[in-house]
Amino acid sequence: MGRLAQIGRRLAQAIRKLGSVVLFLLTMLQAMPYALRRPRLVTVQIHNAGVLSLVIIMTSGFFVGMVVGLQGYDAFSRLRQEDLLGAAAALSLIKELGPVVTALLFAGRAGTALTAEIGLMKATDQLSAMEVMAIDPMGRIVAPRFLGGLIAVPFLTAIFNSVGILGAYFVGVQLMGVDNGAFWSQMQEYVDSGDIREGIIKSLAFGGAASLVAVFEGYTADRTAEGVGLATTRTVVVTSVLVLILDYMITSFLL
Amino acid sequence: MESTPARELGAGMFILLGFASLFFLATQTTNVESYVNDKGYTVTARFEDVAGLKERAPVTMAGVTIGRVERISFDPKALNAVVSMRISPEFDEIPDDSDAAILTAGLLGSKYVGIGPGGSETYLKNNSQIQLTQSAIVLENIIGKLLFKLGMENDSSKPAE
Repeated sequence: MGRLAQIGRRLAQAIRKLGSVVLFLLTMLQAMPYALRRPRLVTVQIHNAGVLSLVIIMTSGFFVGMVVGLQGYDAFSRLRQEDLLGAAAALSLIKELGPVVTALLFAGRAGTALTAEIGLMKATDQLSAMEVMAIDPMGRIVAPRFLGGLIAVPFLTAIFNSVGILGAYFVGVQLMGVDNGAFWSQMQEYVDSGDIREGIIKSLAFGGAASLVAVFEGYTADRTAEGVGLATTRTVVVTSVLVLILDYMITSFLL
Repeated sequence: MESTPARELGAGMFILLGFASLFFLATQTTNVESYVNDKGYTVTARFEDVAGLKERAPVTMAGVTIGRVERISFDPKALNAVVSMRISPEFDEIPDDSDAAILTAGLLGSKYVGIGPGGSETYLKNNSQIQLTQSAIVLENIIGKLLFKLGMENDSSKPAE
């Protein structure tokens, strides 16, 4: 009986959490006009989420592209179809690897920073102080950070994809000797604008999800050092799982 | 902490880099730009069977792409397919008795149009029609004919035994 009650309590807790995320999202959307009237706040957050993630995104992208080039070359050379390497690398990067890996890296690099920042602001009563000064922390602090992440992720994904394709080109053409013309022409033959659209839709969804989780966890963190730490961990865990689940769902809708 | 103008500059550069990447993806990885190529001149050819030829398929001469298939339509009177092809303007000295054939890239690859040169002194120009054509080879028909022929040979060889 005790165990059953515990399961019930857990379930109720999970449903309540889901509801509070929705309420949080609605409150944030209400505060959106405040943030949109102050583009400077958003710009600074695009800098924090985007520019500061560039190095990790480009390095990871290049190496992911290189390993795709290497594995693709190995697989295709068994079939004597090395010319298809460009198409395979571009498709796998644009449709899957780019959006997913970028979102995971974003959660680790920028999402944790957002959670810790907002959580600490809350723990040190900076958010309460804003409310006392009649400044809505939702509009001033939370909404710009959410928007910054939402805008930065699609661009980071595009950069990841481009650098990744260059990485695949480097390994496939420069090191393994795939024909340069075939690499690009097969890519252009098989990739169409729908594939790129799929990647952009995914990266928008992942950017929104990752940013929402990050600001929500920060805003609802316990006002203790431990609470902020736990919230930061939850950001990474929840975002990673959410991105992978969303990825399957979006793929099944768009394919 | 960096100053706000410096961060704004950084954010601006970041957005520009993002757009540059999107542009790279849109132009280098897809063949969008070849869709909007409206230079050059159009020639038509009639085929009995275009089986599997697609619009935007390449038109080649000696293996080099010189244009794209623009439209494939059906002529309800002559009961054949009319293929209009847009040829790039630099290839303006193709003899007007050249022939067009629908070929397949590889054994099971995509279909394209191959133009074989003729010997005429006059050249194809806008809206001219290629007279000599060879239709697509449909693998099923060939196999069907082959089986039929094998069957015939078996039939004719039996009475001789």
